[in-house]
Amino acid sequence: MLESIQLSKSFGKLKVLDGVSVRMQAGQAVSFIGPNGSGKTTFIKCLLGLVIPDSGDVTMNGEHILGNWDYRRHIGYMPQIGRYPDHIRVGQLFDMIQEIRRGTFQRLDDDLMRAFEVDTFAHKTMRTLSGGTRQKVSACLAFMFDPAVLILDEPTAGLDPLSSEILKEKVLAEKAKGKLTLLTSHILSDLDELTTDVLYIMEGKVLFYQPIEQLKAQTGEDKLHRAIANVMKQQATA
Amino acid sequence: MKSIVQEIAPEIRFATMQHTTGKSAAAGNPIFRIIKYVLYDILQNRIVIGYTLFLLAVSMGLFGLSDDPTKGLISLLNIVLIVTPLVSVVFATIHFYNAGEFIELLAAQPIRRGVIVWSQFLGLVIALLIAVLLGIGVPIALYTPTATGLSLLAAAMGLTIVFIALALLASVFTRDKAKGIGVALLLWFYFALLYDALVLFILFSFADYPLEKATLVLAALNPIDLARVVVLLQMDISALMGYTGALFREWLGSSWGIVSAMGILLLWAVVPMLLAVRVFRKKDL
Repeated sequence: MLESIQLSKSFGKLKVLDGVSVRMQAGQAVSFIGPNGSGKTTFIKCLLGLVIPDSGDVTMNGEHILGNWDYRRHIGYMPQIGRYPDHIRVGQLFDMIQEIRRGTFQRLDDDLMRAFEVDTFAHKTMRTLSGGTRQKVSACLAFMFDPAVLILDEPTAGLDPLSSEILKEKVLAEKAKGKLTLLTSHILSDLDELTTDVLYIMEGKVLFYQPIEQLKAQTGEDKLHRAIANVMKQQATA
Repeated sequence: MKSIVQEIAPEIRFATMQHTTGKSAAAGNPIFRIIKYVLYDILQNRIVIGYTLFLLAVSMGLFGLSDDPTKGLISLLNIVLIVTPLVSVVFATIHFYNAGEFIELLAAQPIRRGVIVWSQFLGLVIALLIAVLLGIGVPIALYTPTATGLSLLAAAMGLTIVFIALALLASVFTRDKAKGIGVALLLWFYFALLYDALVLFILFSFADYPLEKATLVLAALNPIDLARVVVLLQMDISALMGYTGALFREWLGSSWGIVSAMGILLLWAVVPMLLAVRVFRKKDL
């Protein structure tokens, strides 16, 4: 469904992505794991067309996405830090994005908006929102258009435990419908319940990409964070 | 270089395509859907209102001070040639950087990058043209609703559009806000102040040679000079026309001189914008 082929990107002298080739299918929930600055967010931005790769290619359903834009109708994106115009009100923001995407989606999904009780802060301007509330807005926008691909960059960071659970349940529900979900998080226990596959990126290279069950079996651990710690230890000794 | 129509056409095609698919009856061009929010964002900013009031005060003051509206026009021309480029270029640059979040949000939606830049450009153009129309247009209509008055208004509007385009071009090249504003100020300084000094220097240095054609070219290379020529040709005051104005008149005659000068002024807006769109398409956000 979504595939990157030998994707490379440098910012100046710094090589952020170095020949990343990954193929992801509908129904998968792929967790991007790696140290800070390993290239996870840049990889996501390449998939979205926000960052233009130096070389390599990305295809979605077999179509090249570079220089293309229409494919983004199939993507819901929740950025790591949701940055929005200061003066705009929450309600206006939702109206605006709906207006911009008009004609590109089949149905509106307001499950999250109701679960997060967006009505109670719809009149506030984006500038006055707390970090967590902003995350809720980002999450609502990502799921709003019922997209086939969900890209969630650090979705639970800054969310209170209750909201975090709501979001996780929503991700699971969408995964069950056969959507492709891409996740990054440093809270591995959050990812454990959601993930089907783990993509470990380090210094812009794919270290491994395999189903979570296989990873757990290989390392003999039953928790994702233990398994990852195990792999990292092996890396250090090798 | 592709023509403007070719460059804008894909966005327009997108709009018609949406109409034909009939998914939404009221689907307009995405540029116009976004402009509404760009304008909303700009008008939250009180600077536009302040700018309108400033222009209004200056124009009313100048017309009110002298009995002869032509004298008022000449004084106003000198102020317009300095102030409109400065405000347009600085305001547009600051706005584009402040809209960074908005642009990032839009770039993740299913729309073209070109749509994003064009909607920012048109939003700025609409907002600042309203300011110019109210601040300069209304006093001109009250005191001197003549062809000369109109040409001054046209020059002010032309300069506003040109310097917004130049500001966006400078903004897509530099990531850093401070650097972007610096470049914008330099552009203004160069065109408004430095250029005339350079032209004079060239004319004096090569005074022994025939420089008529060269001078015409030199005037075309500065949008502010072009705007001045447009107004002075219309005013028909040879003493004030200056060297380049006299040449434009001699070579092209008044009406052709105005038309060609306005045409070149338009190019000064179109070419930077096409370049800005081209650069922005490849920009990492």
